[in-house]
Amino acid sequence: MQIRLTVNNTAHQLDVPDNTLLVEVLRGELALTGTHIGCDTSQCGACVVHVDGRSVKSCTMLAAQADGQEVTTIEGLADGESLHPMQEAFKNCHALQCGFCTPGMIMSAIDLAQRSPGLTEAEVRRGLEGNICRCTGYQNIVKAVLAGASGMKAAATS
Amino acid sequence: MATEENTGIGASVLRKEDRRFITGVGRYTDDIQVSGQTYAAFARSLWARARIDKLDTGVAAAMPGVIGVLTGAEMAADGLGGLPCGWLVKSKDGSDMQQPEHPPLAHTHLNFVGDAFAIVVADTEEHAQGAARALEQSVEVTELTPVVSLADATQSAPIHEALTSNVCYDWEIGDKAACKAGFAVADRVVEVELSNNRLIPNAMEPRAAIAEYSTGTDELTIHTTSQNPHLVRLILAAFVQLAPEHKLRVIAPDVGGGFGSKIFVYSEEVSVAWAAKKLRRPVRWTATRSESFLTDAHGRDHLTKAKLALSSEGKFLAMQVATKANLGAYLSTFASSVPTYLYGTLMAGQYATPAIHVEVQGTFTNTCPVDAYRGAGRPEATFVVERLVEMAARQLRADPAELRRVNFIKPDQFPYQTPVALVYDTGNYEASLSQALQHADYAGFAARQRAAEGRGKLRGIGLSCYIEACGLAPSQLAMNLGAGVGLWESAEIRVNPTGSVVVFTGSHSHGQGHETTFAQVVSSTLGVPFDQVEVVHGDTGRLDFGLGTYGSRSIAVGGSALIRASEKIIAKGKRIAAHLLQAGIDEIDFQDGVFSVQASNQSVTFAEVAFAAYIPNNVPTDEVEPGLAEKAFYDPENFTYPAGTHICEVEVDPETGKIDIIQFVAVDDFGEVINPMIVEGQVHGGLTQGIGQALFERGIYDDNGQLITGSYMDYCMPRADDLPNYVVDTTVTPCTHNPLGVKGCGEAGAIGAPAAVVNAVTHATGMKDISMPLHPEKVWRALQRKRRAA
Ligand code: FES
Ligand code: FES
Repeated sequence: MQIRLTVNNTAHQLDVPDNTLLVEVLRGELALTGTHIGCDTSQCGACVVHVDGRSVKSCTMLAAQADGQEVTTIEGLADGESLHPMQEAFKNCHALQCGFCTPGMIMSAIDLAQRSPGLTEAEVRRGLEGNICRCTGYQNIVKAVLAGASGMKAAATS
Repeated sequence: MATEENTGIGASVLRKEDRRFITGVGRYTDDIQVSGQTYAAFARSLWARARIDKLDTGVAAAMPGVIGVLTGAEMAADGLGGLPCGWLVKSKDGSDMQQPEHPPLAHTHLNFVGDAFAIVVADTEEHAQGAARALEQSVEVTELTPVVSLADATQSAPIHEALTSNVCYDWEIGDKAACKAGFAVADRVVEVELSNNRLIPNAMEPRAAIAEYSTGTDELTIHTTSQNPHLVRLILAAFVQLAPEHKLRVIAPDVGGGFGSKIFVYSEEVSVAWAAKKLRRPVRWTATRSESFLTDAHGRDHLTKAKLALSSEGKFLAMQVATKANLGAYLSTFASSVPTYLYGTLMAGQYATPAIHVEVQGTFTNTCPVDAYRGAGRPEATFVVERLVEMAARQLRADPAELRRVNFIKPDQFPYQTPVALVYDTGNYEASLSQALQHADYAGFAARQRAAEGRGKLRGIGLSCYIEACGLAPSQLAMNLGAGVGLWESAEIRVNPTGSVVVFTGSHSHGQGHETTFAQVVSSTLGVPFDQVEVVHGDTGRLDFGLGTYGSRSIAVGGSALIRASEKIIAKGKRIAAHLLQAGIDEIDFQDGVFSVQASNQSVTFAEVAFAAYIPNNVPTDEVEPGLAEKAFYDPENFTYPAGTHICEVEVDPETGKIDIIQFVAVDDFGEVINPMIVEGQVHGGLTQGIGQALFERGIYDDNGQLITGSYMDYCMPRADDLPNYVVDTTVTPCTHNPLGVKGCGEAGAIGAPAAVVNAVTHATGMKDISMPLHPEKVWRALQRKRRAA
């Protein structure tokens, strides 16, 4: 079927089989391989992207369901050389090791920060329930999400 | 946080590799696209044990999009060899271990659920999967009775017809008679029966492979998720005999975690490469998570009886351990060494126990092969030692910290020969214990316990003083003990004419951050700016042979090789500088990137020397060869022995059995530390896997050999809100035998944590023992039983 997607501000017209998942379109047709696949039961969160600004596990959404919507992936966050505050925070806090969970973590974290302005550590830990990381033990991820949330706030008011 | 200026050894430099990962442009195997690529899927055993009677591939081959269906029988007919086990362990009676055939694709017998028997190649993944499922449905088999339970396996009929029993080896280490004598004079004997739960590694990136065969050059290139691409190439060439070594190139690009599971050479990667060569088409395969659960080599899975003899003063006199270790259906690449030389040899722990005897029966069952998983043998050993010691303290009504202290090997006893073969080079166990007790406010525990009681909670504190043997390994020693490969590491440093440096290392980074730490080491040693040092790894086509990353060996062995190569660069640089400065070679000093003539103001920079090496205007090339590149192969003299104390404090809710980790302190002695930020991150990750083992994770097979915990719905992974913030600190007793004084840090957390958690929970609840994982229901039931009994 024909679908129209705007991905990272670029409009695409695609012809894909009905049962194609959003993650397959992103990784396959659009070669945006920053979005990862870590499971087959919708539980690891490696595939999280934003659809119309809200975080979505792209392995649970048909590409057709995103028809006409705006999709943002990890590749679309940085503004040229300048990183998104959440990306910056992940680097500064050593919140990644192998990097495989990282794109999904960052996309989930941004949504979390946008939804609850006064984010606490406990809320971050709960909010990341759908994202599994096997490397970091989460401590630095939690730190990064809090730092990134502050960074986003500062960027919004400046 | 690191500053821009300080990028040397000991600085928490932010990681070079991060930028590509946080912007989504990392390059993992599955991200790679190849023109003309085809997709593979595997037909797998649905049975734990069965004989293949008939496999007709006709229907599957005719399905839409199918390019080829290749079976185990065809693979055997092509003369491919089996997957070898790289460590020959001998039994007590001197006989070699029993080794079952392990064809990459099964062709006569299926031995565990998930055992692959055919590879289907098709134009899409969907088509390949469809045909593979059809084969699974159509293969005709005779089901055989599986052997699943580890406890019963040694007595059951052999699962492999060619073997005499399910015992792979019956191994021992230590002095049995001395041990017996220790027990004979003991004032008290503490006994325990423990299980060490089976774990499923779950690196977040599933295994994957893409193989391309070039007809013109007869070269086979494989991109794959490996911790040691050279080992893969060696095994494919020398054992599987897929292609000669010089026609094979194995590339492990960005790899999304390994934890041991990506050391091994598996059926799937071999089959994909074989299919690419046979079909003359690029073939790709990426495991689904379900396949990872079924087939990534599992970890642990021991049943152990152990006892400790103590004197009336609480001195350890002797220790006796008997373990049944599950090896699964086949011997995975290093499976045999894990419950023996990486386990029995660690039973001294941090203690001066004079007599130790360990017996291990490696056992075959119809389950996924079991091999090294983060810690590999050492977590199992620590669990035995530290549970025994804790129980001893309880029985003696002694302070667990004090009992440990009096039995420690003291700093003046190093080098220390243990009764189980290892010689610890150095250590200071008292130092890490004291520091950990302080961080944990051990003295204030009683008050916290009372306060918890007031809130209806049971509070407990548990210690674990672990040791590990890392930096695998002195080649000669390892090979004397049965290793099939040397365990040295290689390094090459190429200095470019403009003075920037490319470092080639045989170590492999799949999350450890070598691009940063190795650059710190070389930048410090050569005085070259940090951002002008590039680290290259993971490609057999670009670097010398390397042994890869496992056993916390990268910095201790790979880093030491870098130092050796740097020394050669400096030595040659001095010869060039001597010509440029018209001085004698003995008059040249090198420091901070500058070659200078002693007692003069004459000097040249490293970059100037590099330039002169390639454009040898004033350097006679008959005396000094042009160019500036050096290689080194470093073979360690001994293992390294990181050690430390982990302290866990928990509260248990008696109404629900729920366990809250209130505090977790880890004080580790890793020797010198190159990048404290990265080391801390490694500890966090290790602790989480250790806590995962203690509280959440267990791979379970039912009586028919079906994996019950085959997805994230049934296998409980630690999540962010299950865990506390860790308190992590280090003490430093430098390793005595490598140039950096480093010991390695990758596995410590997973080794120390399980015993600390279980000791804390048994302390809180007053239970003698409880098996991992400590699920709330299990804890609640045990508390109910205890209450009824009281
Ligand atoms: S891939 Fe695991 S949740 Fe989407
Ligand atoms: S950084 Fe490796 S899984 Fe999170």
